[in-house]
Amino acid sequence: MSDWKKDVEVLVHQGKISVPYSWTVGSTLSRWYCELRDNGKIWANRCPGCGTVFVPPKAKCIHCYLEPHDWVELPGTGTVETYTVVRYEEPAFHPRKAPFVYGLIKMDGADTCLLHFIDEVEPEKVKVGMRVEAVLAEEREGNILDIKHFRPLG
Amino acid sequence: MERVAIIGVAQTKYEQNKPETFAELVYDVTRRALEDAGITKDEVDNVVTVSSDFWDGRTISSMAVQDSACAYGKDITTVEGDGTFGCLYGMMRILSGSFGVTVVVAHHKGTESNMNGITNCAFDPLVERKLGIDAVSSAALQARRYMTKYALKEEQFALVSVKNHGNAVRNPLALFPMEITVEDVMNSRKIADPLKLLDCSPVTDGAAALILAAERQAKKLSTRKKRVWLMGVGHCADAFRLGDRDLADTRALKAAAKRAYSMAGIVDPLKEIDVAEVYDAFSYMEPLWLEGLGFCDDGKGCEYLERGYFNFDGRLPVNPSGGRLSAHPVQVAGLAELAECVLQIRGEAGDRQVGEVNVALAHGVNGMCGQSHCVWILGR
Repeated sequence: MSDWKKDVEVLVHQGKISVPYSWTVGSTLSRWYCELRDNGKIWANRCPGCGTVFVPPKAKCIHCYLEPHDWVELPGTGTVETYTVVRYEEPAFHPRKAPFVYGLIKMDGADTCLLHFIDEVEPEKVKVGMRVEAVLAEEREGNILDIKHFRPLG
Repeated sequence: MERVAIIGVAQTKYEQNKPETFAELVYDVTRRALEDAGITKDEVDNVVTVSSDFWDGRTISSMAVQDSACAYGKDITTVEGDGTFGCLYGMMRILSGSFGVTVVVAHHKGTESNMNGITNCAFDPLVERKLGIDAVSSAALQARRYMTKYALKEEQFALVSVKNHGNAVRNPLALFPMEITVEDVMNSRKIADPLKLLDCSPVTDGAAALILAAERQAKKLSTRKKRVWLMGVGHCADAFRLGDRDLADTRALKAAAKRAYSMAGIVDPLKEIDVAEVYDAFSYMEPLWLEGLGFCDDGKGCEYLERGYFNFDGRLPVNPSGGRLSAHPVQVAGLAELAECVLQIRGEAGDRQVGEVNVALAHGVNGMCGQSHCVWILGR
């Protein structure tokens, strides 16, 4: 019926899509990043309804749908809730060379976890429950990489 | 509410580097699903495609497959997500009273681009995306959280991969049928601890299509043997940001399952459901989702698995197709599950037929680490 298909040399065309974007960061995250960039502080915000403290701060509470206007400064320390050692390379979008460690860090003074790198420790020695602190970048630009990574506390 | 039936199904073989274009894949499965239903394209007036613009590398990706999906001169609409949500949208449009016989068709060619790069783009560009996180590394965080919460071991997750690759040996459509051992999984290349290569589903190409019809039309157009009823559906989404969730908490899936069971009149899922296709994009997901679906208590999925409950010949065969671990065409996966459930109910599943099936469950996921879930109950 379609025997001719078996004899076709099927071609592959290479392509690449590259489109620039300028994403506005919005008032909530802009305030958070400006505090981080200018004062080296990690802030969070609290829902006036249920009291949940979010970091990164949120424009609305996921539970109550209210605006969390109440801002609280965090000490920048936390506990590793979960982590992974990434073993594969993705040079186009990994800011680090593998192996490196991602952790979800339950931040002291907040009810949510912050995703970031865990470093200054052998990947094999990272543990759930480990106490960590934020290490800030020296040159800060107002984005998530203004936190360089988290490292074991003490 | 009028009932809706699936009256036709078709799937491609799932492969890597398939030589067909998206449109050729969509044409192949749409044509064969119509043939399976015993109808022509002229009887279709509602076409729902399921695709992702990022994966296709083109915007409004439905437009490019419109004629392949038999929507030329008709209406076409798209779901960007899993195929289970495409089926939901197709059914909703039928139940609106505005549409009749419906094609739901999904296509995916993961091997044409960079899977990790695309899933990285699912994360917030203002926060997490810059860190380089993707579907694999975020799943690894979820796997570790699940292990920590319930004191589970990597070897227990490995058993899911052994079971599902073994099931795939009976499925001629699967990409990676393999007889492997727990040791093979444990010794496979480390990807993102605790996940090894054989804990992860493969990048896959393929397509699947379903034909839906409301009861009156279904009975007119198709034979009793071909008709499988959509008895219940439920869907629910959790928080977008990983840090706002407990990744080992299946609250969204529990809510979705409760709605689907209630609509289908299911009281005891383990007793009443004969086969389940569950979204095992990674090995650990199968027991986690089985807990959320209420087949066992929280934290007990691995124990049930070890006792053989979910084996091909177990009390509830789970993923007799080989699951997503054996072939994972992302947006297609949920439609493939629904198609597999239809074949099981019709008794047409060939070597992978698990016996007589009256009630089947298909479970689809959208978003990272199972942010949202869609649960279907199908029956005779």
